[in-house]
Amino acid sequence: MSNLLVEDLRGIELSLGLPGGGSEAETTVKVTGKRGFSETVDLKLNFQQIQSAVDLNEKMKSPTKEKDPAKPPAKAQVVGWPPVRSFRKNIMSQKSTTAETDKTSGGAAFVKVCMDGAPYLRKVDLKMYRSYQQFSDALAKMFSSFTMGNYGTQGMIDFMNESKLMDLLNSSDYVPTYEDKDGDWMLVGDVPWEMFVESCKRLRIMKGSEAIGLAPRAMEKCKSRC
Amino acid sequence: MREDRPPPTPSRGGAYSPPPPDQVLENVLEHVLQFLTFRRDRNAAALVCRSWHRAEALTRLELFIGNCYAVAPRRAMERFRRATAVTIKGKPRFADFNLMPPDWGANFTPWVTFMAQCYRALEKLCLKRMFVTDEDLELLASFPSFRELVLICCDGFGTSGLAVVASKCRKLRVLDLIEDEVTDDEIDWISCFPEGETCLESLIFDCVECPIYFEALERLVARSPSLKKLKLNRYVSIVQLYRLMIRAPQLTHLGTGSFSPSEIVAQGDQEPDYSSAFDACRSLVCLSGFREIVPDYLPAIYPVCANLTSLNFSYANISAEQLRSVIRYCHKLQIFWVLDTVCDAGLQAVAATCKDLRELRVFPIDAREDSEAPVSDVGLLAISEGCRKLQSILYFCQRMTNAAVIAMSENCPELVVFRLCIMGRHLPDHVTREPMDEGFGAIVKNCKKLTRLATSGLLTDRAFSYIGQYGKLVRTLSVAFAGDSDTGLKYVLEGCPRLQKLEIRDSPFGDSALRTGLHRYYNMRFLWMSSCRLTRRGCKEIAQQMPHLVVEMINGEEEEVKDDYVDTLYMYRSLDGPRADAPSFVTIL
Repeated sequence: MSNLLVEDLRGIELSLGLPGGGSEAETTVKVTGKRGFSETVDLKLNFQQIQSAVDLNEKMKSPTKEKDPAKPPAKAQVVGWPPVRSFRKNIMSQKSTTAETDKTSGGAAFVKVCMDGAPYLRKVDLKMYRSYQQFSDALAKMFSSFTMGNYGTQGMIDFMNESKLMDLLNSSDYVPTYEDKDGDWMLVGDVPWEMFVESCKRLRIMKGSEAIGLAPRAMEKCKSRC
Repeated sequence: MREDRPPPTPSRGGAYSPPPPDQVLENVLEHVLQFLTFRRDRNAAALVCRSWHRAEALTRLELFIGNCYAVAPRRAMERFRRATAVTIKGKPRFADFNLMPPDWGANFTPWVTFMAQCYRALEKLCLKRMFVTDEDLELLASFPSFRELVLICCDGFGTSGLAVVASKCRKLRVLDLIEDEVTDDEIDWISCFPEGETCLESLIFDCVECPIYFEALERLVARSPSLKKLKLNRYVSIVQLYRLMIRAPQLTHLGTGSFSPSEIVAQGDQEPDYSSAFDACRSLVCLSGFREIVPDYLPAIYPVCANLTSLNFSYANISAEQLRSVIRYCHKLQIFWVLDTVCDAGLQAVAATCKDLRELRVFPIDAREDSEAPVSDVGLLAISEGCRKLQSILYFCQRMTNAAVIAMSENCPELVVFRLCIMGRHLPDHVTREPMDEGFGAIVKNCKKLTRLATSGLLTDRAFSYIGQYGKLVRTLSVAFAGDSDTGLKYVLEGCPRLQKLEIRDSPFGDSALRTGLHRYYNMRFLWMSSCRLTRRGCKEIAQQMPHLVVEMINGEEEEVKDDYVDTLYMYRSLDGPRADAPSFVTIL
């Protein structure tokens, strides 16, 4: 059943072929290497459970940034104050670290979000959110016509359950994808939230059917990364 | 374009009959009015009588729309039929700071659609804080005489729109993109400029956060002999900058891009002589960029420092010492933008050399309320003592004293713009612990030419009594986290005779204060009040009493209404009633 699935996916994969030859063999190995992946998932899960949730409704007025227990909590930041244009704030947070910026909490993590068919894009600060579910809610408000499907109890896409995954990808709903630091396009939800925030460069919300090619690559990537 | 009156008809038999006296007068009037360039003069002339009004309308070449919703495109363009240059401003300034949801409006589409019928001979367009789509740009590119496009703080378009402008505007001389949000459509728009010599005079794209194909840019610069202004984005490395500079020694304005190497340069690698490239640019007067500066390369700019009138280091993370090494040569500097990483010591170095300084902006590298800003009252005082001709200042800091501000008001009588931002909210004078009332009071009292003021720090109603009483020429006032009660706002609305733009956030002003401005809202461009104490009823009252005022209530993105207070009030006069394109979160009362 799983082999069949892989072949289906490969057949309609839009992205470039896998590096190196013997792609068939490789993918099969990756798919059946699920256990390795789930081990990784379990590892990351513990980390996630430590973090506390932040009330998303407060985000607009005065978001409270809760830090890891090691660092002291920062003062709540008011929207739009100090009056430095977000363009400039964003540019400064992209710069390479110096003594000054090392002291900060890591600044913002602004990424562009575009949605297929929407006339304009948005920018979001990933550091404002603590989980995929919160992020999904915020995105849903921004682009009200799309839904992100079910993220399951761990807050991540359940790659283990292939039929669920296929449902998601085959639906006419939109799925969010992102470009990571290596320039690869991945399905959002494949890695733990913190890792996602670190590696996400930009987001694109595309139709589920178009995102099909991404799923197996996402799985391999996880394997090679972890 | 349609003429307003019929041309003189020749009499039969071929004999010339002179035009009727009225027409002679109008001809003369038009000729004379052509010399009026300042729009306030023109506005005054238009009020004299009907024929002056008509003549002025026909001779106005530059149309300025301060608020895109104050007048409908049709009305503006039918009155000024012969305008070839248009400037339109859209969103209010506080939208820059995320105080307004993104799709509020200020759409350019209705304007360009009408221009396509009425203004086909359009040559120049300048838009600020407007939402411009790629389709709008495409339409614009089809105007045969179009040659200058300046977009400031706009969004809604991407590199695909730029590609169309580049390829279709055959006469393009100016393409200035300043602090816009440009989406990366992954199109190499630089390559879209047509082959052959271009008439480009200015190409500014430092805000475009997309990589460009360098070879195409190099070829473009090589075939643009008229190019005087070139501002590169941060994807251009210093080596690439060198290659461009040697092809364009005639540049007067240069934005240097990243000013760092694209890869780590190993010891002993042959690097070009950057300083010689700068030396060859004999006409360079304005320098900016330095987006990812490696300070080791700073000495390269020494050859041009003596001629610089404008230097923008506001993206350059440099120390006082590094700044000093450059600024000591910049005797002619008039405009200087810098990051607070240079500390008070850096500002002291500026004060020591730049005696001609007119405009100073000091930006924070860490723009948070609780950051440790390394500039303070010490730097401000030094500047005031060294730069007596100062006209405009924007200063972000964490520690300030009334004494330093008072000193500046006395040392710099030419001040027209004074914007002080003490980043911690409600911070008093850090030495005396008193409110900053006396400092700002001194500014309005002593700087008789002041037209723009932005306040910060702990301020009581007294500060506003000073502003209202002494701010005779103040046109723009920005207030945040200040004041004690309605009285504060009343002082301003009952004073400040020239007030045009008032933007207030998070201050305890309510309906009663709002009412005191009823006599003057028609004479203002806009009023913005967010997170104050206005109620829906209070705003509705204003709307009912002033039918030509558009009163917008803008809600934040939250679903539930927290309390009875209005999130944001944005109101402005309009000749054409409420706009049709208001989104759901805007209620027009």
